[in-house]
Amino acid sequence: MRKLKIPVTRIEGHELITLVLDEKGRVAQAKFHVTEARGFERFCQGRTVWKMPGITARICGICPVSHLLCSAKAGDAILAVRVPRAADKLRRLMNLGQFVQSHALSFFHLSSPDLLLGWDSDSTRRNVFGLVEENPTLALEGIRLRAYGQQVIEELGGRKLHPAWAVPGGVRAPLSQEARDRLAAGLPEVMRIAQDAISLYEEHLEDWAEEIAGFGDFPSLFMSLVAPDGTWEHYEGHIRFVDADRKVVADGLDPTRYPDYIGEQVEGWSYLKFPYYREAGYPEGLYRVGPLARLNCCDRMGTPLADEALGRFRALADGKAVPSSFHYHYARLIEILAALERIGRFLEDPDILSPRVRAEAGINDLEGVGVHEAPRGTLFHHYRVDAHGVITWVNLIVSTGHNNLAMNRTVQQIAQRYLSGREVTEGLLNRLEGGIRAYDPCLSCSVHAVGHLPLRVELYDASGRLISERARA
Amino acid sequence: MIHLEIDGRAITARPGQTILEAAEGAGIRIPTLCHLKGLSPWGSCRICLVEIANWNGRLVPACATQVQEGMRVVATSPRLTELRRRVLELLFAERNHICAICVSSGHCELQDLACELGMEVVRVPYRFPGLALDASHGKFVYDPNRCVLCGRCVRACSEVEGAMTWGFSGRGIHTTVEPDLGGPWGSAETCTECGKCLEACPVGALVERGKATAEQEKEPQLLAQLTERRPRA
Repeated sequence: MRKLKIPVTRIEGHELITLVLDEKGRVAQAKFHVTEARGFERFCQGRTVWKMPGITARICGICPVSHLLCSAKAGDAILAVRVPRAADKLRRLMNLGQFVQSHALSFFHLSSPDLLLGWDSDSTRRNVFGLVEENPTLALEGIRLRAYGQQVIEELGGRKLHPAWAVPGGVRAPLSQEARDRLAAGLPEVMRIAQDAISLYEEHLEDWAEEIAGFGDFPSLFMSLVAPDGTWEHYEGHIRFVDADRKVVADGLDPTRYPDYIGEQVEGWSYLKFPYYREAGYPEGLYRVGPLARLNCCDRMGTPLADEALGRFRALADGKAVPSSFHYHYARLIEILAALERIGRFLEDPDILSPRVRAEAGINDLEGVGVHEAPRGTLFHHYRVDAHGVITWVNLIVSTGHNNLAMNRTVQQIAQRYLSGREVTEGLLNRLEGGIRAYDPCLSCSVHAVGHLPLRVELYDASGRLISERARA
Repeated sequence: MIHLEIDGRAITARPGQTILEAAEGAGIRIPTLCHLKGLSPWGSCRICLVEIANWNGRLVPACATQVQEGMRVVATSPRLTELRRRVLELLFAERNHICAICVSSGHCELQDLACELGMEVVRVPYRFPGLALDASHGKFVYDPNRCVLCGRCVRACSEVEGAMTWGFSGRGIHTTVEPDLGGPWGSAETCTECGKCLEACPVGALVERGKATAEQEKEPQLLAQLTERRPRA
């Protein structure tokens, strides 16, 4: 028996992949470890509930908006206030901007070099700069699309990164007429870019058949929020689980009562917990969240262009749930389009210019749960406070956590398919990365870094002797 | 009139004026932290240290030292900048000053000083004390983690409001400010809820309840306006 250890560094959180091989060199077991504890749940204790959006936004530089909004929602519950209508819509608008910028980053900047330049192409060129040389129009359009998402965030929150704009009870500043006009002016161009990107993906489906079949292609449950009428939802609604046949397993679940149906398993070899669907037990209760899950769970997108795209997406699996994690990319592109269509609707809504955006209140409930959809999946912020609003207990289930079991399964599937004998090939390294990257996990910085994960693979025999090594900086 | 020299410039000042007041009158900037116009001089933070050239280069706090005839004051020099920066580093290391998530970020005198004095690193180890936040008051929150012990709240409360709610407790590094000799602020009987301590506080230690990151703005000049209208005895 041999053991393969693949430490993945320079990410927010540290990551290690271990592969255990049997006597014949086949992959017997694969584990995706997250080896860093960051302790937010502990050091938020003793802070006031009003500061939580600002603190938790610092969890990540890619998805600060997701934590900001989710934390503000948990705060709303503790203040027991109804957020003013304009604030509710503005928060949705910012979340849609976050979807656009985060999905555009994932697809254009990080994943498209693998997809368009080839998995076995020269690793020094297989990055966003290689893409600029090969296809400058696409690279620039990707940057433009992301910039638009960032612009939505900046026009609302005053800054692109870590805006401390959403607060328990609403938001701090309304949207100005000028800012709305600027956003409306930029929309037609990015709508076209998003549609072109979907066409590009659809044209290449046949070229990627092998990866589609090998990157986390397995039946599983899917979980996401859906609107009361089953429409795609990103901010409110209820939790729905569907199975591989897209049959609804559970619907209408109250998101604030997540402990009733989501269990969290702790494994000694990873700091990332393993959430599972309680009804099915551990680890059979594996479910996926994020773009793929949202598209598999919802009945419709709720906007015309995105609904057309959803029809083509559904056709991939004859109306059943699309099983391959490779299609997270496809789902992501469709969600960009859906988000832009919804942004367009909000920009025409007179409500969003209202100056009444913040409800003030004291501590009216000692516990609050905030739930919404972050680009990567369903995000839960659960706080308990004392009578003065000082945090006494925090539980966060972040999107990447939900996908932990699925990412492990994906790593195993890719290793089994591509690790032949003892030789650790460049192709294996790259496909392992690509498999993880399809989920766009929020171990952010390096999985999100320009270029590639610095990977090192060491292959040991049963006695612990190093027999093969391959590194890539 | 008293004749003195600050940074080589000949200056006249009234007897009883401090070096800081004389410098301000001449348009010479001396950074301060525990000093606040409208409150009595304190001299505890040592940010306003200046050098008296004809006293063998002795260092004195400009806010608490009166002008004297023939004094030659150095208010700006590499040595002073280095000393002030060191003082600032000690202040930063003593408690938990995490600007990124502080309600006073962007409106904080400690943060402004770090920028002004070019403090890029803290060369002493941080202490990371685990001090409990007091959110028991209906209007305000006291976060001792942000406190620099400048005593401006203590002076504002006693000298301007006359309530004497705030006072120092403990000694040395264990010093804290506390309402009504300790205990939660919410049950401090002497507190009149006037908010002057909050306006006087240069950092995010005393803030309004419900304020989120970078949202707390203060008006420390209020104290001077109040005392000028109502001169102290």
